[in-house]
Amino acid sequence: MTADIATRRSPLDGWTSRFTELAPAVRLAERPFLAQLTLRLTDTSRAAAVSRVLGVELPETPCTFSSGTGPHGPVEVAWLGPDEYLVLAQPGLQRTLESALREAIGDTHGAVVDVSAQRTTLTLSGPRARDLLAHGCAIDLHPSASPIGTCVQTLLAQAGIILLVRDADAGEFVVLVRASFATYLAAWLVDAGMEYREYREQPV
Amino acid sequence: MTADFRLPRGGRIDRDSALRFTFNGLSLTGRQGDTLASALLANGVHQVTTSIKYGRPRGIMAAGVEEPNALVQVAEPFAEPMLTATTVELYDGLVADGLVGHGRLTDEPDPARYDSKHAHCDVVVVGAGPAGLAAALTAARSGARVVLVDDQNEAGGSLLGTDDYLDDRPSDAWVRDVVAELDATPDVLLLNRTAAFGAYQDGFVLALQRRTDHLGFDAPRHIARHRIWRIRAKQTVIATGAHERPIVFGDNDRPGIMLAGAARTYLHRYGVQVGRRVGVFTTNDSAYVAAIELAEAGVDVPVLIDARHDVPPKLGAECAARGIDVYAGHVVTGTEGRDHLTDVHIGSLTGWHADTVVCDTLLVSGGWNPAVHLFSQLGGALRYAPGLGAYVPGERLPTARAAGSAAGAFEVTTCIEQGAGAGRDAARAAGFSPGVEVAVPVADARAEETPSAVLWSVPGEPNGVFGAEYVPNAPFGSVPDDARFVDLQRDATVSDVLRATGAGLSSLEHVKRYTTIGTAHDQGKTSGLLAAGIVADALGEDLADRRPTTFRPPYTSVPFAALGGRDRGELYDPVRVTALHDWHVAHGAEFEDVGQWKRSRHYPRQGEDMHAAVLRECRAAREGVALMDASTLGKIDVQGPDAAELLDMLYTNMMSTLKVGRIRYGVMCGIDGMVIDDGTVIRLTEDRFLLTTTTGNAAMVLDWVEEWLQTEWPHLRVFATSVTEHWVTVPLVGPRSREVLATLAPDLDVSNDAFGFMTWQDGTVAGIPARVCRISFSGELAYEINVNAWHGLALWEALIEAGEPYGITPYGTETMHVLRAEKGYPIVGQDTDGTVTPQDLGMSWAVSKKKADFIGKRSFARPENLRPDRKHLVGLLPADPTVLLPEGGQIIESDHLPEPPVQCLSPHSPAGLNRAHRVVAQPPVRMLGHVTSSYDSAALGRTFALAVLRSGRERIGEKLYVPIGDQLAAVTVTETVLYDKEGARRDG
Amino acid sequence: MQLIPCPWCGPREEVEFHYGGQAHVAYPAESAALSDEEWAKFVFFRDNPRGPFAERWSHAAGCRRWFNAVRDTRSYELLAVYRPDQERPVTT
Repeated sequence: MTADIATRRSPLDGWTSRFTELAPAVRLAERPFLAQLTLRLTDTSRAAAVSRVLGVELPETPCTFSSGTGPHGPVEVAWLGPDEYLVLAQPGLQRTLESALREAIGDTHGAVVDVSAQRTTLTLSGPRARDLLAHGCAIDLHPSASPIGTCVQTLLAQAGIILLVRDADAGEFVVLVRASFATYLAAWLVDAGMEYREYREQPV
Repeated sequence: MTADFRLPRGGRIDRDSALRFTFNGLSLTGRQGDTLASALLANGVHQVTTSIKYGRPRGIMAAGVEEPNALVQVAEPFAEPMLTATTVELYDGLVADGLVGHGRLTDEPDPARYDSKHAHCDVVVVGAGPAGLAAALTAARSGARVVLVDDQNEAGGSLLGTDDYLDDRPSDAWVRDVVAELDATPDVLLLNRTAAFGAYQDGFVLALQRRTDHLGFDAPRHIARHRIWRIRAKQTVIATGAHERPIVFGDNDRPGIMLAGAARTYLHRYGVQVGRRVGVFTTNDSAYVAAIELAEAGVDVPVLIDARHDVPPKLGAECAARGIDVYAGHVVTGTEGRDHLTDVHIGSLTGWHADTVVCDTLLVSGGWNPAVHLFSQLGGALRYAPGLGAYVPGERLPTARAAGSAAGAFEVTTCIEQGAGAGRDAARAAGFSPGVEVAVPVADARAEETPSAVLWSVPGEPNGVFGAEYVPNAPFGSVPDDARFVDLQRDATVSDVLRATGAGLSSLEHVKRYTTIGTAHDQGKTSGLLAAGIVADALGEDLADRRPTTFRPPYTSVPFAALGGRDRGELYDPVRVTALHDWHVAHGAEFEDVGQWKRSRHYPRQGEDMHAAVLRECRAAREGVALMDASTLGKIDVQGPDAAELLDMLYTNMMSTLKVGRIRYGVMCGIDGMVIDDGTVIRLTEDRFLLTTTTGNAAMVLDWVEEWLQTEWPHLRVFATSVTEHWVTVPLVGPRSREVLATLAPDLDVSNDAFGFMTWQDGTVAGIPARVCRISFSGELAYEINVNAWHGLALWEALIEAGEPYGITPYGTETMHVLRAEKGYPIVGQDTDGTVTPQDLGMSWAVSKKKADFIGKRSFARPENLRPDRKHLVGLLPADPTVLLPEGGQIIESDHLPEPPVQCLSPHSPAGLNRAHRVVAQPPVRMLGHVTSSYDSAALGRTFALAVLRSGRERIGEKLYVPIGDQLAAVTVTETVLYDKEGARRDG
Repeated sequence: MQLIPCPWCGPREEVEFHYGGQAHVAYPAESAALSDEEWAKFVFFRDNPRGPFAERWSHAAGCRRWFNAVRDTRSYELLAVYRPDQERPVTT
């Protein structure tokens, strides 16, 4: 049985209007209710089975993520540690994916945990998105240092985040933040963006 | 007295502008492009303030950050203390006053914004003078990412203070070309008005950018006024130039005495002549150029006094051609003038000639000190260069290099060559092949002809030599015994230095602390080396053999507001909130901080104080039904075939015997046997557990689990994942909780038989999938309902609605504390402090005797932990049931407060009291323990407390005392469980 | 702000890390067999050398992995980082 989605509430419910004030310099939005699962896997022979479930290879390189579309639609898999991944999928799929992944990894050398509500997701894009992040994130987000597919766990201001680089050149980022820190981070982003509010795209 | 000292031509100022400003109450006008100092000088104002110790008039000495004298406080648009007039860019409406020594902070809130930003690059270049520009351009042409920072409002560095030509064009054309190319190069960031104030390991450079100060009243409020740049570079080029060094002589502090290079800067950059009749005193060729250029600008330059015997032939001839009398082998021995210089006494070093020259201005040059601050901050060794009389970088650093004047080169083409070389080497070290070479232009600057002499201080008696007696001028505050000032800001003289060496001090660090030289806002940029030289001379040592002081950040002063940045107000520290936070706010909750969390402390109704609200909330929980938001509790999912084995090691209890579907309370200890956390362990499946932790320790416990798993027992097949925020956790508490839950969870058999204490069930509550646990932190019948956090608010509101007929009451942490304390449940971190074992808490029942080992077990057998007089957790009942004991209050045996143990001499002590008459102080009162929790209980109808008490369990029934101020409260020691000792209430 | 090279994530600012004390101090297999003195030595005593020191770090704000580092306590320079299952490398 699933709960009524009409009454569910995301951590940044009600922030949309404050976020849109940052446009067009920065387009900031919450993408709530994504299915998120922590996947632990020490038995690499099971990786192929996992890939079949997701339709995406597990990222082998630290601090990267892989993305693609599989049996359960668009999926992103972020490297969080040598045997730890975060699976991001469309809302509502957490239970389906949890069982499918559990079956794929077997009983002994891995784990699957539904962490969908543990973090919420912010998308940042626009000409000033990278600048905005640079106010509080010590990671070099220049395309040469953080190309598409980069995934880092780090600090943004004083909150821990997972940062995915969707498009380095265009400045398109995904920030995952613990739900309890979400309003702090949202307030921080809106405040940091005050500088760029008057930014207008130059006519070509 | 003001007059127009602006020259008809020249200067990088907007002559069509008129900026009105007020200084020391005087209404003046300056031009766009002026600093406050140049605008004052343009108006003929030299005196800025008086000195801190002796009240002597002080003027403008320099044209940049090295200024020791001209401290000002800006009053409008917003009060800011401790700025130098030489670095404040002028704007319309500026109101400022000279400062005597130190400024005043305003008590008004600062409306400006401050922020910080990270910048990454291959090469950071500090300083946009000739060397820095060449370095940046060379690095940029190689394809490297470059950040170039410069503290001025425009690039050019020393070139801004000359009228030199490069390749037959004014040097600013060369600067403009370089800047234009840098601007057009991708991944090059040029930051003006940005002072690099600290260089640290791993290529980290901190810089302060003053972004809107120069806009004055027009500064846009949404732009951060100051920004701290956190620059991370693979390679650092230090092209910070040099500071001119003064020479110490008698009365060397009068307004009108300034550095020669500064006068050049005022002339060329600001179109200001610093005086009408200007004398020059030098030990090197550079001041000749100042004399010649001022004369060319029409200023009367009667004399140039050169301490060297060998006059540079060409420069000397140029001076002669302009009517400047050059006195070789001469020095300035003293000066006259009250608010302003009037006369300069000169004498030959051989002593046979003395004279007095009428001057309103005296330019001084004792040579140039390379600005090696950042190089030294990086740990680079400095080398004394005897020819310069200054320190230069003395070694190669793998990731940093100095170039140009910062490295001891003073000719512009050499600086550009060195800069280009440093830029090329830095880029190459960062992995970039050189691009198109930066051509070194041909300069027309006058070359050095005669080596510099090194002269720290004109020799002589404290009050000067050659009859130039110091005459104290009223209204000086006090009279120095010597008017040869080394550090003008600190009013420290040669005599002060000699007193220090005379007292046996030899290390410069000690002399600095003894004399305070170098400790002012300027950190000794003009005085430090003078002091070092004078000390070395006094000790008969060579500076080359002495260790230089280490330069430490910050290079220039940095406002705390800038360092604080945006970490203030609501962003000062992250505020963590639960999914139910907005409901709590809407329903009038008062919050308390638990770590970074905001937790509802209580929900006062109209007219209620906390005490009343808590009594009401407690009553609801004990008599009806109440609910709270416990979502902040840490939750860790632990799964894997070896999960039980791991938990057996981490908890003092046996967890492997816990059956699926059941819950056990557990205690965690450190290896020293002290309690570090507690919580519940839920067995979800054979291989999967859910642990809860205290709110404040959630991250610590997860780290703890990972530490053991990763570093000690990596063979265990266990995976731990934080799920704290995935769940909203709502304890539903009280005798009517079963009825409320039954209403919302018709599918769940909530009877005691079907749903016993310390078991859990998955079910549906209010239509939401939920995990319901029969646990109780209050002793009452209680259900802890966990749902996905997205549905937390829906659950909460459904519970409120369903509980309405039973008077359901939300309660906060204060009520939770009272309820648990009535039951004697300790809170880790409140009733424990890292020195408390489970046995001390009376929890031996939670310590397994069957397990071979677990973390902490071996320590329980240490003799220290077996002592019978350890502090135990006990209850305390005040004799007066209305007295609330202070948490932290000490517990003593004595029924009277003794005299203070340390003998104090009161004003009434008999005269002549000596050591022999003093009473031997009595031993201090023995502290037996302290109150850890203290509350007023609705259920008990009285106050009570928990405490840790030496041999506490053996003292039950004893009467002891707790001081409250100067009163003593009598208390009776009791067991910890004060309410429902039989535990009859937990099953409803 | 020093950079600490996480063996997995690469160089990161030191604020992302937690310090874990001296490395290679194994939890005693038979703690009960140790004398009080031996046990106290394990619990309370650690080396404090001037120079290279092998110590544990956790990339707390990153990948949450523990690793070992040899750090020169005079210069703070990290001479080597290595995984917990690796031998201490030779450093100069």
